[in-house]
Amino acid sequence: MNCAECEVLLHALIDGELDAGHASEVEAHAADCAACAQKLAAFRAMRESLNAANLKEAAPARLRGRIEAALPAPTQVIAAGKFARPSRRSFFGGFAAGTAISAAVAASLVLTVWRTDRERTIADEVVSAHIRSLQPGHLMDVETSDQHTVKPWFDGKVDVAPPVIDLTAEGFTLLGGRLDYIDGEPVASVVYRRRKHIINLFVAQRLGSAHDFVSARTIQGYNVRHWSAQGLDFWAVSDLDSVELGEFVGKISAALRPNGPS
Amino acid sequence: MLARLPTASLSLPASGAANGGRRPVVAERDTMAGNADEREKARRFRDAALPHLDDAFTLARYLLRNTTDAEDAVQECYLRALHHFDSYRGPAMKPWLLTILRNVCNAEFARRGKHEPPSAVADTEEALQSPLWQEPQASPESALLRQQDGDTIRRLIAALPVAFREVIVLREINDLSYQEIAQIAGVPVGTVMSRLARARAMLRSAWNAAEGSTP
Repeated sequence: MNCAECEVLLHALIDGELDAGHASEVEAHAADCAACAQKLAAFRAMRESLNAANLKEAAPARLRGRIEAALPAPTQVIAAGKFARPSRRSFFGGFAAGTAISAAVAASLVLTVWRTDRERTIADEVVSAHIRSLQPGHLMDVETSDQHTVKPWFDGKVDVAPPVIDLTAEGFTLLGGRLDYIDGEPVASVVYRRRKHIINLFVAQRLGSAHDFVSARTIQGYNVRHWSAQGLDFWAVSDLDSVELGEFVGKISAALRPNGPS
Repeated sequence: MLARLPTASLSLPASGAANGGRRPVVAERDTMAGNADEREKARRFRDAALPHLDDAFTLARYLLRNTTDAEDAVQECYLRALHHFDSYRGPAMKPWLLTILRNVCNAEFARRGKHEPPSAVADTEEALQSPLWQEPQASPESALLRQQDGDTIRRLIAALPVAFREVIVLREINDLSYQEIAQIAGVPVGTVMSRLARARAMLRSAWNAAEGSTP
């Protein structure tokens, strides 16, 4: 390697963009060439100074406000609030209160009901799918406690790669996976067991309205949790008591976070 | 102020052709369900795109060197991004947004005419290869790096020619990979590397020439 090559590649080295072979070539050259070594040190120092200077600028609040105002208004809950039970608010809790209420009042009432009904329909279907899965021979299409077997099994069967998280050590045994249909769409189900209780974790790209928070309800005696993460919708259904299902959801959510255990 | 372009005339990176057959947004609002879809889309868009607002604003500030124009450009970028959100196929939202933002900024450069180079894309590689600056020869003061405060560093970056300013901001502040920068700037990765090398060399010589807080 000559100095001209080194001058370009040393930046890739600093930025962690070089493969091991080229990286060691650059380092070998710099070890023999004082000028290049000096440059490497100076550019490294500059990079550190740039990082330390915290150059990212905060967008002005008025810009954020302008963009928010320009986006179509989120579904309004105010009009429906008079009619809906308080618990229904949880369906909409994730929506920021928008500004454009005026013209949308009549529409939002219909929309709200429509959304609620749809969410409700899917919740019912999820529970039905859970009950169906409990019939003899229906629980699993792929039966293994190995997450690395379950995950690839879904390839090509559903349009998402469902996260398969092994929680055996935490008391939730991974039993396997199953292809199910909810709302006419193929949905991945990852099956877990806590003692004698089966948990179906349904995963799909869009399955009801997206929730950043976990919504909880009980249908036909089954506890149901619904939330969204990483662009996927998750529904957990079980006859497990609410606290333990909550614990399960907590562990799955923690594992899904970018910095969480995987 | 930025000219508000009709979205139909947009040339979007990579995804432009994918939008060709899409119904106009207005038509989608006709039905109640369509309206709900729009709202749901807007909500998903918010969650995906708004976390990158500071990155977008920072890039626009450095490219346009004017806060008002930067705000207009970022707003325009977000509106365009929302319109094309249906064709967005991930995985990384930030480079996608910044590609759109860069197109908006280029339109602003074109509007400004001769005050700035029309765009980094329009800069031919010959122009970039021409001796815009002299590579600092191994002079004693360039061996070390002076300490500089944040305001001085901002000023030094802002003074770089736009193609080099852009690559420095994308790499050092927006924290993007070479591959992502190549996509945004519409150039091969090799060009990103050579531009970045030149940009840093220019910044370093300006850095050492500037009056620092401590020598």
